[in-house]
Amino acid sequence: MKKDQYILGIETSCDETAASVVKNGKEIVSNIVASQIQSQKRFGGVVPEIASRHHVEKITIVIEEALKEAKLQPKDLDAVAVTEGPGLVGALLIGINAAKAFAFANGLPIVGVHHIAGHIYANELVQSMEFPLLALIVSGGHTELVVMETHGSFKLIGETRDDAAGEAYDKVARVLGLPYPGGPEIDRLATESDGEIEFPRAWLEAGSYDFSFSGLKSAVINYKHNVEQRGESIEPAHVAAGFQASVVDVLTSKTLKAAKEFGVKQVIAAGGVAANGQLRKSLEDVFENEGIPFYVPPISLCTDNAAMIAAAGTSMFNAGKRGTLAMNGNPGMELKSWH
Amino acid sequence: MIWLGIDTANKPLSIAIVKDGELLIEVNHSLAVNHSLGAMPAIEEIFAKAGLAPSMVDVIAVSEGPGSYTGVRIGVTIAKTLAWTLDKPLIGVSSLQALATNTFFFEGLICPLIDARRSNVYAGVYRYQDGMLTSVIEDAHYAIDELLSLLSQQKQPILFVGKDTALHEEELVKRLGKNAVIAPFHHHLPRASSLIYSAQQFDILSDVHTFVPSYRRIAEAEANWLKAQGKDQQRG
Repeated sequence: MKKDQYILGIETSCDETAASVVKNGKEIVSNIVASQIQSQKRFGGVVPEIASRHHVEKITIVIEEALKEAKLQPKDLDAVAVTEGPGLVGALLIGINAAKAFAFANGLPIVGVHHIAGHIYANELVQSMEFPLLALIVSGGHTELVVMETHGSFKLIGETRDDAAGEAYDKVARVLGLPYPGGPEIDRLATESDGEIEFPRAWLEAGSYDFSFSGLKSAVINYKHNVEQRGESIEPAHVAAGFQASVVDVLTSKTLKAAKEFGVKQVIAAGGVAANGQLRKSLEDVFENEGIPFYVPPISLCTDNAAMIAAAGTSMFNAGKRGTLAMNGNPGMELKSWH
Repeated sequence: MIWLGIDTANKPLSIAIVKDGELLIEVNHSLAVNHSLGAMPAIEEIFAKAGLAPSMVDVIAVSEGPGSYTGVRIGVTIAKTLAWTLDKPLIGVSSLQALATNTFFFEGLICPLIDARRSNVYAGVYRYQDGMLTSVIEDAHYAIDELLSLLSQQKQPILFVGKDTALHEEELVKRLGKNAVIAPFHHHLPRASSLIYSAQQFDILSDVHTFVPSYRRIAEAEANWLKAQGKDQQRG
């Protein structure tokens, strides 16, 4: 019988300090996340220096919790997987240096994982991947379409040229005077809204799978100014509904078009914005019509977590990838295939 | 008794192993090498050269700052992770006190100094007394003028230590005259062996998990937020 494989994942690329143990790359044994959202809320967004300070406070606590909950000792582990990039460099460095010190002290190999590969592999914890596969990654820092021919093979076919989708949500939420983080608030308002302001869709040039959300954000700001100049006030729910309709329409249409062009067998969504109710529903509907299986992980695996890093790390580890004790934070890291 | 010392609080790197009161090995440099690239390989190297396994360490000492925020955090993260996973005690030492320990036998005041940009410094004043280094003026973030005013009241020789002294040497000499004594260059780098020597007079921390850097300065965003809340700004 093949021995079970246990990998410790560590993730500190933004404002969640997270550690997790994953068995055989598929089964979550523990998944600990310490969120800084209450602290970062004061600033209306993530302040990198504050994020780094919180990570140092929490890092050994979350790793200990992850091992305790898994009822494992360091010697039971096969490797340590850590987010190497992209992300906030000062934040990444805490997870990376904790991972290296832990690996050195316990004689374990280390693997540096790309954060987006992690988001994609969050699906492997719920549903086995079928290839070719199309992944839509939407979060506060990323908006990307990636085609995978097999495990560890990534082809970036489209990405945002300016703001990430989640960034646009946060900025528009600020314009509407909604609390941080803006995504869930806009989703809630939009879902309850009884009207909708029409905003433009940024399709870009024909055939492009790239995205752009800064024009939409400006359109919302201009609309608010125009209304206020007339001495009237905006209806936030109608603006939220119109903004969200534009984002969901573009994301859904481009994902559908790519799925058809690349003849994929499975479509997955990942990242914090994939937790958005209307986006999930829209994607579910179009892919049900097309007869292409569509999956999105539960919300706890859409937002940043370390189980996804352990899952991607397991695939990398089994493909022979190893990091060294000289691993550095790589804030602009490119998504490279390991297959 | 085997001690591991780690200092990455500023640009220089220093890692040392002291065994039974003897410095076995120390790595020091002030090259422009990112600590995330250099620190763990240096730790691995000194263990290998000393023929020791990580689990053989008895106590870990780390420079807790002040200094470069990122630098301090790298050393503290490595030290607390090692201490926690190896189940060993951890001792944090002020980066300024560790520098002052480099010039232990000076019969006067010792002022370790680290540049904090925009005419600010991290500094403290120490005195060697009855075989112990004692604090005379608390470690803090000072405007250089503020520090010089405090120092000029002392009216006695003050030894400046730390490589950033060079950035402020002209002003120090102008304000303090002959009482400003600048340490020779070989005392200016932080040394993990000095840090370990210093750590030996401190108590062991009861909880490794809650150990955090001593930044001596609140983050800018937090300072602004507190100001907006109408609260007093405190020295962190």
